[in-house]
Amino acid sequence: MISSVDKTCPLTFASVDPDAALKAVVGKKRSEVLAEVAASGLKGRGGAGFPTSVKWNLAAAARGQEKFVICNADEGEPGTFKDRVILSDYADLVCAGMTAAAYAIGATRGIIYLRGEYTYLRPHLEDVLARRRGRSLLGPKILGKDGFDFDIEIRMGAGAYVCGEETALIESLEGNRGEPRNRPPFPVDTGFMSRPTAVNNVETLAWAACILANGAEWFKKHGTEKSTGLKLFSVSGDVERPGVYEFPLGITIAELLRHVGGENAKAAQIGGASGHCVPASQFERTIAFEDVPTGGSVIVFGPDRDMLEVAENFLEFFVEESCGQCTPCREGSRKLLEGVKMLRKGTCSMKYLRELCGLGQTMQLASKCGLGQSAPNALLSIVEHFKDDILGRTPQAV
Amino acid sequence: MLVTESDKIREDIRKLTETYGRDRSALMPILQEVQKKYCRISDIAMQEIADLLSIHPVEVYGVVSFYSFLDDKPKGRFIIRLCRTISCTMQGKARVAKQLENDLGVLFGQTTADGLFTLEWANCLGMCDQGPALLVNDQVFTQVTPDKVHDIIEGCRRSFAQHVSQKREEH
Repeated sequence: MISSVDKTCPLTFASVDPDAALKAVVGKKRSEVLAEVAASGLKGRGGAGFPTSVKWNLAAAARGQEKFVICNADEGEPGTFKDRVILSDYADLVCAGMTAAAYAIGATRGIIYLRGEYTYLRPHLEDVLARRRGRSLLGPKILGKDGFDFDIEIRMGAGAYVCGEETALIESLEGNRGEPRNRPPFPVDTGFMSRPTAVNNVETLAWAACILANGAEWFKKHGTEKSTGLKLFSVSGDVERPGVYEFPLGITIAELLRHVGGENAKAAQIGGASGHCVPASQFERTIAFEDVPTGGSVIVFGPDRDMLEVAENFLEFFVEESCGQCTPCREGSRKLLEGVKMLRKGTCSMKYLRELCGLGQTMQLASKCGLGQSAPNALLSIVEHFKDDILGRTPQAV
Repeated sequence: MLVTESDKIREDIRKLTETYGRDRSALMPILQEVQKKYCRISDIAMQEIADLLSIHPVEVYGVVSFYSFLDDKPKGRFIIRLCRTISCTMQGKARVAKQLENDLGVLFGQTTADGLFTLEWANCLGMCDQGPALLVNDQVFTQVTPDKVHDIIEGCRRSFAQHVSQKREEH
């Protein structure tokens, strides 16, 4: 069963022909494909914003008998659901993007790592893959091109948020606990089965296909100099029209809120639990890799929301999803959660709150992977912007 | 010849290794299939998988205990996972949770005495625009209200009864 999908504005993906993208790819040299993606300035749409062309170039340059392209469909960031929509409606575009990546780096095997919570999407994706094999868009000699062999299989996650981190994802594929690796080495040279591997987000791959169909200049018409192109946003919370939206990067938060019907918000959480909480006074800031970065999650909080409840919810999430491997993240998340509970009961001194913030900064510096480094973000930004809301509270029945 | 449960598990796992191979990277798909069929991954299953993949059983246990969709303890035939993330909270998750507990007669983290239902929390299900959301096994339900909880549970009971009567006819 494929769930109903709320799309609140027309998406560019609907207008791009995945076959055209792939035909354009096989008509080019590998270096030309890499150059086109580099010219577009496409950056990873999963949230980290790493330049896609750099990743592909490194994987292309790496020596290896066998190389892999992995589509990271472990969409788990709280408040994010755009990948679900893309996989439901534009799976061919994602597959075309993977195939293009395979061509560019010289990979023969592709894996879609689909989160366990999206198991209901699997039959649909298997159908898409089977159809593509039937049309010679996957398998040996793709589109009749000699030496261009590539196929995609689907592997399922099993309910671990940390597996969205690319090295944890690879660990999981290899049959291990999903614990992030030390980097370097990076997956582009030592990835799945120690082979060169390009791991890209669902949306990144779909945009790569669009770029190869329509050209880098078309893509750069939108966005800012450092954050080119359009981006999908998953909007939820206190807004009139929640759903998936497409906006150019560089849009101000205020403008985004006008589109979705959330003008009276007191804060917006940009980038999910690991992102930042932006207060209304800063709604003129832009959503872009150089200002407020995001993987697409926008959760809007209306005037009556208790920001401490938000912080508590996110910290409970991190306590549960920390893999437990490194101390700053494992113990730090717990201490921060305890601190939030004290704040809610009104028993936290200013001195202790400062210590908690110091601990949060330590976690940002000392945690091994992005999960622990970003776990304190929400609390730190809420403490910074909503002191009046959180200090000296009288105990409430929670 | 009488076939015991453990013989059956061993045979199933052997067949799974024919599909997925005996490389370590076959571990997750094998565990997921065993979990789906038996609602748990028992000690016997872990030992058998370890033997066939030539790894230590504790390696298998390490993986089972890491992932929230894999369990060594028995779970219900239907695992109901309610999204606990803030977007669903803001759309009335708490009352759905209470009604689930009331209608099933168990608390979160528990399994009903008949072994039919396990009630759990899940982190973001990616249905934030249509919350509160819950999963029943692989199926997703959105915009769940307390009064829909009863229908969802009864739907599970009906499909289980159908499944049992089909099995009886087969025998």
